[in-house]
Amino acid sequence: MLAVGVALIPLAYLATRAGEAGWDRMADELFTARTGELVVRSVALATVVTAACTALGVTLAFLVTRSDLPGRRLLGVLAALPLAVPSYVAAFAWVSTLQGDAGVGSFAGFWAAALVLTLVSYPYVYLPVAAALVGSDPAQEEVARSLGRGPWRTAVGVTLRQVRPAVAAGALLVALYVLSDFGAVSILRVDVFTRAIFTAISLGFDRTGALVLSTVLVALTALVLLAEQFSRRRAARYARLGGGAARPPGRVRLGRLRWPAVLGVAGVLGAALGVPAVSLLRWFGEGVSRPGSLGELADAAANSLGVALLGTGLTMMLALPVGLLSARAPGLLAMALDRLAYLSHALPGLVIGLSLVFFGINVAYPLYQSVWLLALAYAALFLPLAVAAVSAAVAQAPPGLEEVARSLGRRRAHVLRTVTVPLAAPGIGAGAALVFLTCMKELPATLLLRPTGMDTLATGLWTRTSVAAYAAAAPYAALLVLIAAVPTWWLSARTGVLTRTGG
Amino acid sequence: MSTPGVRSLSASTLSGLLILGVTGCGTADARQGDGSDKKITVYSGRSESLVKPVLEDFQEASGITVEVRYGDTAQMAAQLQEEGGRSPADAFLAQDAGALGAVAERGLFARLPDEVLDKAAAAYRDDGGEWVGVTGRVRTMVYNVDQVPRADLPGSVFELTEPKWKGKVGIAPTNGSFQAFVTAMRVEYGDARTEEFLTGLKANDAQIREGNAPIVADVDAGRLASGLVNHYYVYELAKEEGTGVDDLEARNHFFPNGDIGSLVNVSGVGVLEKAGDDPDVRAFVDYLLGTGAQTYFAEQTYEYPLVAGIATAPGLPSLSSLNSPDIDLNDLDDLETTVEMINDSGLV
Repeated sequence: MLAVGVALIPLAYLATRAGEAGWDRMADELFTARTGELVVRSVALATVVTAACTALGVTLAFLVTRSDLPGRRLLGVLAALPLAVPSYVAAFAWVSTLQGDAGVGSFAGFWAAALVLTLVSYPYVYLPVAAALVGSDPAQEEVARSLGRGPWRTAVGVTLRQVRPAVAAGALLVALYVLSDFGAVSILRVDVFTRAIFTAISLGFDRTGALVLSTVLVALTALVLLAEQFSRRRAARYARLGGGAARPPGRVRLGRLRWPAVLGVAGVLGAALGVPAVSLLRWFGEGVSRPGSLGELADAAANSLGVALLGTGLTMMLALPVGLLSARAPGLLAMALDRLAYLSHALPGLVIGLSLVFFGINVAYPLYQSVWLLALAYAALFLPLAVAAVSAAVAQAPPGLEEVARSLGRRRAHVLRTVTVPLAAPGIGAGAALVFLTCMKELPATLLLRPTGMDTLATGLWTRTSVAAYAAAAPYAALLVLIAAVPTWWLSARTGVLTRTGG
Repeated sequence: MSTPGVRSLSASTLSGLLILGVTGCGTADARQGDGSDKKITVYSGRSESLVKPVLEDFQEASGITVEVRYGDTAQMAAQLQEEGGRSPADAFLAQDAGALGAVAERGLFARLPDEVLDKAAAAYRDDGGEWVGVTGRVRTMVYNVDQVPRADLPGSVFELTEPKWKGKVGIAPTNGSFQAFVTAMRVEYGDARTEEFLTGLKANDAQIREGNAPIVADVDAGRLASGLVNHYYVYELAKEEGTGVDDLEARNHFFPNGDIGSLVNVSGVGVLEKAGDDPDVRAFVDYLLGTGAQTYFAEQTYEYPLVAGIATAPGLPSLSSLNSPDIDLNDLDDLETTVEMINDSGLV
């Protein structure tokens, strides 16, 4: 309940401010041709990126876990790393790379944004699908093969169906992420909702207008959630059957396609990791601005780690009950709580930040501009990432073990602590890692809510790029990506792509 | 104003969190009222690299500790509006007059004493006395010396919609300074003429950039012939590249004869209501308008000092010689219509 309370802060705030604006103002603001255009463009961008991420993420996951792709272990880990690159860094890298030489047209607009957003967010699909492919039961595939289906038809018809929940969960996160992203769309100049919201505030000093526009994003999110809900099939079985040691699934032979496949994967990684890396190196080399001191950089890194850890701790604490409930006691209540956690997830960080300013000033004043309120903002922003990880992990833990413990007279709470949570621990850890690296990258809410005088890597990067001191900004960007890469590396390693199994 | 039902609902649902947070950390950090305690809190919408040295000098000279919070000017204005009377801030140092106007409109600023206001010329302060300008910046046309002969430089910004400038002018329609310029044009020439200008720019294939800095960089690199920006960006570029401003391919052209294209806008400071009588805050405002800070801004950020008797950076025409258009900067807070017009023109 508490967890959902946190997720509701932004919604309560929006309702309050929209209520102040009144219906007339809202109608004026919302029923315009421009709002219609924004809806169409935002939905189109989310659709294109989600489709591309799904195709890319599933293909990559399949190649590294289920084929004899050369170098698949290394590629498998590298494939998750783009998650460590903030979208504003990636977009800026692309722009500066493509516009570096005179004559190249300007890299901007819908398709440019779709490309950059796909490259930074496909790991949301890749990671869970890779994990699901490694963990899925090969029995169904073997049955299909024994009934005469070829290896490719089995892969498409049986294997992919088995990992459908992982695909859907990842795609949902991608869609909501795209709706909420501001970094890439502002640099690449695509007029979508988040950009309109920022424009209203930064040009019109028009907070109310911005918040009224934000209500549309919440409505869009509700639609996305409904669509995802309808796409779920009831009573499907995804868990491994039977006991005994898990047997790794076999691998598809790529044959002549092996090397083209490697080239393709390397191309994706080059675009997603190589372009930002080269661009950062160029920042180092260009210009004479230099970072103030190593001390400043170290302080910022320590602050980033501190607030990200605190935010992760709080988020996981809040996510655990919701995730448990939706996995173990599915029903209308659990579903409603779970969905509510997602509802504010497409709101841009600026709006979440303002809502926490409102909350801090009016409800929790002693916490205002302390790291605790910032941690709370992270929880409001990233709760869905954690809830999804927890409920998936708990759902994969066999309920039979809990039933045995219960039948032996253990109390429910005790069972939860000694059986369920330990079983789900790796999955919960993965959720924590994901939340942690997302907290590290967060900028707008951090700017509004950090304690006065505190700098993090993200705010340090912002401070320096806003005055075009790119050489001074480079160490901040590099350190940010490197630190975020650690949990990302661990995330992809634990999917099992590193294990030396299969043919 | 707010719906009490919603607020109390959120308060009761979430009050548990407060307890959670406080018991979780054991200490809520101290945040007592200020008074004259040799400590002030400043919200700065101006970037750290520009104002930090000034604030450090002030600390050293006065012995007053400055807690400073950096952010984006407009987002800070929104934050101040959200915080209302309970803001921890004592003073707001803003990048432009529009943001100061928006905060003043909510009645959050204290009236400044006349002797403070009088330091800046009447054009560069609030008529109601709620904020005062600290530095000035001028809209200019930056051009590439190899691509635009001096003789071709326009006498008025309105000429840029003529065919000979087709595809040659860069603008940043989502940038605050450009917005202020368009608003000023509306105030001086009316909406019809302004709309004609905007659609003219669009029809003339104006090149869109996200901000002033990319325009100046593109002009210097020869990717763009010219653009509408603030005057100090060429100095910043020269500094970042480690060369003199005269060695760049990009140069400033100031529109002559008080043309609207060379609008002067200001950065400024306002004092929050609760700190209206705080001597420490007063000392801070005085310092910003004093010789040391004004000279620093002139020499290091290449902005125009607004206090009489301080020299401008070398190579800049004097503020009075610019014969700037007579615009009440307070009028520049009506940006809503401007944003709408720019959107309608198809430039965004």
